[in-house]
Amino acid sequence: MATITPALETHGHEHEHAHGHHEQTFIQKYVFSTDHKVIGIQFLITTLLMLMVGGALALAVRWQLAFPWENMPIVGKLFGVFQGEGGQISPEFYTMLFTMHASVMIFLVIIPVLAGAFGNFLIPLQIGADDMAFPVLNMLSYWFMWPAIFCFGYSFIAGGATAGPANGWTSYPVLSDIASASPSSGEAQTWWLFGLTLVGVSSMMGSVNYMTTIINMRAPGMTLFRMPLTIWSMFITAILQAFALPVLTAAGFMLVFDRLHTLIPTSIHSVFFVPAGLVVNNAAPTVGGGQPLLWQHLFWFYSHPAVYIMLLPAMGMVSDMLACMCRKPVFGYKPMVYSMAAIAGLGFIVWGHHMFTSGMNPALGMTFMTSTMMIALPSAIKVFNWIGTIWDGDIQFNAVFLNCAAFVALFIVGGLSGIFMAAVPVDIYFHDTYFIVAHFHYVLFGATLFGVFAGVQFWFPKMFGRQMHDGVQKVHFVLTFIGMNGTFFPMHLLGIAGMPRRYADPYLHGYLEHLLPMNQFMTISAIIMGFAQFLLLGNFFYSMFYGKKVGRNPWGANGLEWSAPSPPGHGNFDVPPVCYRGPYEYSGPESEALGQDFILQTTAPPAGVKVASAHH
Amino acid sequence: MKKFWALFFWFWPLVALYVCLIAPGNNWWFPSKPLSTMGHQIDGLFYLILIIVTVTFVGTEFALGYALWMGATKEPGRRAWFSHGSHKLEVVWTIVPAFVLVFISLTQLDVLADIRVLARFPESVKEAPVAEVMARQFEWRIRYPKPGTELMTSPQPGDLYFVNEVHVPATVPTMINLRTQDVQHAFFVPRLRVKQDAVPGLIIPVWFEIEEAGEYELLCAELCGWGHYKMKARIIADSPEGVSAYLTRLEREQNEDGVQEAETASVK
Repeated sequence: MATITPALETHGHEHEHAHGHHEQTFIQKYVFSTDHKVIGIQFLITTLLMLMVGGALALAVRWQLAFPWENMPIVGKLFGVFQGEGGQISPEFYTMLFTMHASVMIFLVIIPVLAGAFGNFLIPLQIGADDMAFPVLNMLSYWFMWPAIFCFGYSFIAGGATAGPANGWTSYPVLSDIASASPSSGEAQTWWLFGLTLVGVSSMMGSVNYMTTIINMRAPGMTLFRMPLTIWSMFITAILQAFALPVLTAAGFMLVFDRLHTLIPTSIHSVFFVPAGLVVNNAAPTVGGGQPLLWQHLFWFYSHPAVYIMLLPAMGMVSDMLACMCRKPVFGYKPMVYSMAAIAGLGFIVWGHHMFTSGMNPALGMTFMTSTMMIALPSAIKVFNWIGTIWDGDIQFNAVFLNCAAFVALFIVGGLSGIFMAAVPVDIYFHDTYFIVAHFHYVLFGATLFGVFAGVQFWFPKMFGRQMHDGVQKVHFVLTFIGMNGTFFPMHLLGIAGMPRRYADPYLHGYLEHLLPMNQFMTISAIIMGFAQFLLLGNFFYSMFYGKKVGRNPWGANGLEWSAPSPPGHGNFDVPPVCYRGPYEYSGPESEALGQDFILQTTAPPAGVKVASAHH
Repeated sequence: MKKFWALFFWFWPLVALYVCLIAPGNNWWFPSKPLSTMGHQIDGLFYLILIIVTVTFVGTEFALGYALWMGATKEPGRRAWFSHGSHKLEVVWTIVPAFVLVFISLTQLDVLADIRVLARFPESVKEAPVAEVMARQFEWRIRYPKPGTELMTSPQPGDLYFVNEVHVPATVPTMINLRTQDVQHAFFVPRLRVKQDAVPGLIIPVWFEIEEAGEYELLCAELCGWGHYKMKARIIADSPEGVSAYLTRLEREQNEDGVQEAETASVK
């Protein structure tokens, strides 16, 4: 606190300078921009469009499960791909559909929308910085997404129309390793791996930037424990990513080396994941001494922390939004920070719970079970604190709040269903059934995406200086919520009934036949949910140009970003921000002295009021 | 309208609960009661967790709904409760779930060890697998030892083969050796609650004790290519005598070359 005054001066000076005289061309300003806000919005729009792509793939999956082998309506006739099958989905195509649904949703939607879109947009604004520490790196992190999208896209057709990548988003070798193992294991799989690696490059550039920015560029007075939980979550996520990603990248390269000969016949042909003596589709027996379980370990060493990369930022954002919409401080700010840190720490030692039936040493299974059970604890603490935050608040029942409340309500389901699968003996039954599909959709859709829906609306005014239509968002919320539960809740029951995932036609097996009507109900729910997203997109793009214009702080929120103009210019703040308090002092004595129920972090303490501490 | 939203968040967990309650009656539940000894243990643990989870679900969703209801019925003008949290509450809701979670994990250990730890396999099966189940795109190849001999790791001249049908004795512990010829597969028998991945390059022993003679579906539960869904097979549990009769019949069929018995004798 003692350094505030001099820091303020230097900061202000730099700021003037940053405003400088350089004129920007359209391309510099909106395309190859180094402005974190533009990059964030680029990420947001890209991921929203990818959300629709991933959703379309999901609807095709649902079509086959509800109406197996029936011609797909409309699309069946559109694409030449289906002509050979007379509009049917072939089993090869079905395996490709769920593989690419997961790949698109995970790598091109959830991870980039949280870290890329919201991380980029919010980090400098919420900590009071002009921009990211490395603006050019930041720009590159966005533009590396496009080669990734190209590789994923090209992988659809690389091996021929019916041989898209179809080995699951987990791509377990040796199915994904040996070219003769399936039509999809040829060129398509290699291009898919290139895409994966490029997404990793993009994420890594982002996470280095986020860590540096958050550590070094906070405004005067913005101590670590005055940072909004969004920033804490982005910080912890960046650390997770920086430590976990290299392992995936290494594993990815190993698999690429195993497979490069599918693209260039004379190139390297290693056998990291292929044991000797396999006879795949009557090809010559394999040589080598590789180990397929190695991939599973390496892959999940990244991909389990990645689950938290796909969740923590949403947790942070929802905490911010709930506090604002309930006009209350976040309940237990420090426990929230510590539990996020605990989730991240434990997140590194639970990867084996994806491998309980994999044939790994059962003693490892016991260890991973216990650590996995323990990771439920910080998640539970967070849920209790969110309920505490809503408790006795002055709730603003807008769509932002409803989406946040849905986040909490659905995260509870996703968290609790996880306990079944953490328990190894029970997981032996549930592994690779629809129970797991239900579980992760409750976490990734129920929690993360509802958090994103709320976040888009909440920070929209800061992005565009206009507001999204709340009524449309409420309709979107209700339809999505009902569709989501109608689609995913019955999956728990399918799992209990023993329906395995990734089956093109489960009804081939007598004991699953009677589940067809339930699957049809789920597909109808999914269609409602899918089409409801057009409301979101429509509202988003309409409001961008025609939404109601608003000022700096339409929600009466406390964060530094709300003291900047809407939208902020290049360099963000017209008045260099100084932070005087924590981000959640809603309805406290300080705000009361001003005759309102919020007090910006930048507002100097009103005379005569005891400064409330954000933590105790 | 505010009250509507509070009720909305109270209402949907009730629907979810109701669906779960009517699920067993509508056959949206386990395909059958567990029909192996370890199946009973697994289901027991499932119901234990289900009870704990249901209580937690009802409690937290009700509290969330109630928090919304408080907000919806708040008299206008009254300010929100200015609180940064409660140390006491944090301690309580850290310690209580911690105990519950540790308790759940401790209850699992024994069952897990019984299922997976080789040293704890029943003595009678440890060294005596009845068959080798070799998964392959997209079928199961079963190899039995010639009656009266032991199953060797590598195929022997007298071994008996069959596809997509495993005959094993009921009511006694049984062990099979699980392998794969090509990519990864998983040996999944829903009614027995048995699942084990087949890993290229490994031979994995799997044991179970089937309680009733009968037919049990065997499926693949690990993505193994486009035909993953159609690796349909059955396990046929029979009395030990029935199994040996089957193997004798299989041996005869396999060695039957259609040449007359008498001629064979004269060649000798």
